[in-house]
Amino acid sequence: MANTQGTTGLLGWIDERFPLTKSIREHLTEYYAPKNFNIWYFFGSLALLVLVNQILTGIWLTMSYKPSAADAFASVEYIMRDVDWGWLIRYMHSTGASAFFVVVYLHMFRALIYGSYKKPRELIWIFGVLIFLALMAEAFMGYLLPWGQMSYWGAQVIISLFSAIPGIGQDLSLWIRGDYVVSDATLNRFFSLHVIALPLVLLGLVVAHILALHEVGSNNPDGVEIKKVKGADGIPLDGIPFHPYYTVKDLVGVVVFLIFFSVVIFFMPEMGGYFLEHPNFDPADPLKTPPHIAPVWYFTPFYAMLRAVPDKLGGVITMIGAIVILFFLPWLDRSPVKSIRYRGFSFKLALTAFAVSFLILGYLGALPPSPGRTTLAQTCTVIYFAFFFVLPFLPAFEKTKPVPERVTEQ
Amino acid sequence: MKKIILSLAFLALPALSAASGGEGYPLLTAPIDSHNKASLQRGAKLFVNYCMGCHSLEHQRYNRMARDIGLTDEQVKENLIFTDAKVGETMKNAMVKSEAKDWFGVVPPDLTLIARSRGDDYLYTYLLTFYEDPSRPFGVNNAAFPNAGMPHVLWDLQGMQKPVYAVHKDAEGHEVKTIQGFELTQPGSMSPPQFKESMADLVNFLSYVGEPIKLERQRIGVWVILFLALAFVVFYLLKKEYWKDVH
Repeated sequence: MANTQGTTGLLGWIDERFPLTKSIREHLTEYYAPKNFNIWYFFGSLALLVLVNQILTGIWLTMSYKPSAADAFASVEYIMRDVDWGWLIRYMHSTGASAFFVVVYLHMFRALIYGSYKKPRELIWIFGVLIFLALMAEAFMGYLLPWGQMSYWGAQVIISLFSAIPGIGQDLSLWIRGDYVVSDATLNRFFSLHVIALPLVLLGLVVAHILALHEVGSNNPDGVEIKKVKGADGIPLDGIPFHPYYTVKDLVGVVVFLIFFSVVIFFMPEMGGYFLEHPNFDPADPLKTPPHIAPVWYFTPFYAMLRAVPDKLGGVITMIGAIVILFFLPWLDRSPVKSIRYRGFSFKLALTAFAVSFLILGYLGALPPSPGRTTLAQTCTVIYFAFFFVLPFLPAFEKTKPVPERVTEQ
Repeated sequence: MKKIILSLAFLALPALSAASGGEGYPLLTAPIDSHNKASLQRGAKLFVNYCMGCHSLEHQRYNRMARDIGLTDEQVKENLIFTDAKVGETMKNAMVKSEAKDWFGVVPPDLTLIARSRGDDYLYTYLLTFYEDPSRPFGVNNAAFPNAGMPHVLWDLQGMQKPVYAVHKDAEGHEVKTIQGFELTQPGSMSPPQFKESMADLVNFLSYVGEPIKLERQRIGVWVILFLALAFVVFYLLKKEYWKDVH
């Protein structure tokens, strides 16, 4: 007996009870993606790869890691020295955390240059920003687990930020820590959140992100809606099945990524102190504050913004605001043109200033503050926010180019 | 009075930043070769003889060390284990922490990961720059780590040296004295070049202890990357084949 998918035998039996063939068709073999994806379109699948890497290596690390203030540091060294291949699993996880942010930042920048956050993809963007938020929480909590000096004091600094909130601040930070200082109680709950709660949230959000993407279809470097021009068979003329075309193409991207990933893992796992900070090889000492507390590189742009504002509460609001404002991007950008290829000089200038200021903030956040650096950080913070405030007014004077009907040949 | 305390506090600030491995005496480059097993063995011998009385390596096992630096378990048992530790145990010492604190002001830190937290060059500079300073409890100070709590335990090898200062003016026009170099006041059992070589051996050993897998991971890494380079060619051709019919 044939079913709606036309499958027989065992597969037919399954398809009558579970949408197996249907899902494979909808999301892979009959999901039509624009044929003109360029290098920027590798980072979505790479983010998924790194997520899988983090989950798998995380499972194995959890088998030997001990989440207690007394044993955590030693258990990491036990993994590095006594567990078979433990060093590799640990470096894959620690390098994977940084790699996750590398690919996610590039993935988000792709959305900015090709207008992928615009109608009808607002929800994809919102799920994406939520993933970014969950990822930051996941990375922050994971960083406490090795229980080194930077783990400890980084957590101490960030949690104490909550105490800047008027009224409930003190109680809130106490509630988060579970103690008056970062301690065994904090480590235990961060472990729980890091290995169970946040990965569940992340996985759920990733599924929502991909479902929303497949509902409306992918954007592309031309910012053209390929569904507008369909052939007689109802298939977009500029679309090709995701599988096999993009699966084989993404495999090439995966291998190139793995080469870079392996260079770090096997030859520079500390990445000059940026992926694994040197002071984190000293065990946490609640009585000895390190002279310079710097977060890991992926938090430094936001940390620089925090320090740029002289008032503690103001700094916290600025830092949170820098992320919250991302949610409004689809409605702040009012230009009908999506891709940077057809947008005017004013947008290109604004986006460049935004990206450069973000990079400078990242650089400054890793350094100890000085009056000159603080002034520069303040300037860059203003530029970061200015980008979002000028976007709604750009269409008034932006000279956009005509957008083609179909995607262009490379 | 307040002013005096404040100005004293500010005077102490540069010392604080130097103590953290910030600005201060310029770091020397440690001439170490992690493939040189003879150097690692000499470093291990120096460590167990001169350092281990106070500093443990509590994550490093004796037999792992033996295997990695080219010794047998028997050789380690006979020459390098001075406690009643078994060869499969980690390199701890018998020092009582509360007593150590009374003696030195701080508990001598475990040194398993010191090379990873401070760097090889810092350790090398630290070991070479102990100098006479009668104002300090043990009569010595250190250029890389000002006001270090550690006595100059290697003085019988190195001898004693005194600093040669250079005087220059800082941004605010105050005169500051910085250490330019050292002058031997009392020779030790080793000549200065011999002592430098020994300290390089010791740093080489500590660098090994910081990450025993380092050489192995680099060796494996070469093959992993060669494999991936081959995989790249295969997948690139596969992609090209599939995409032939996309126009």
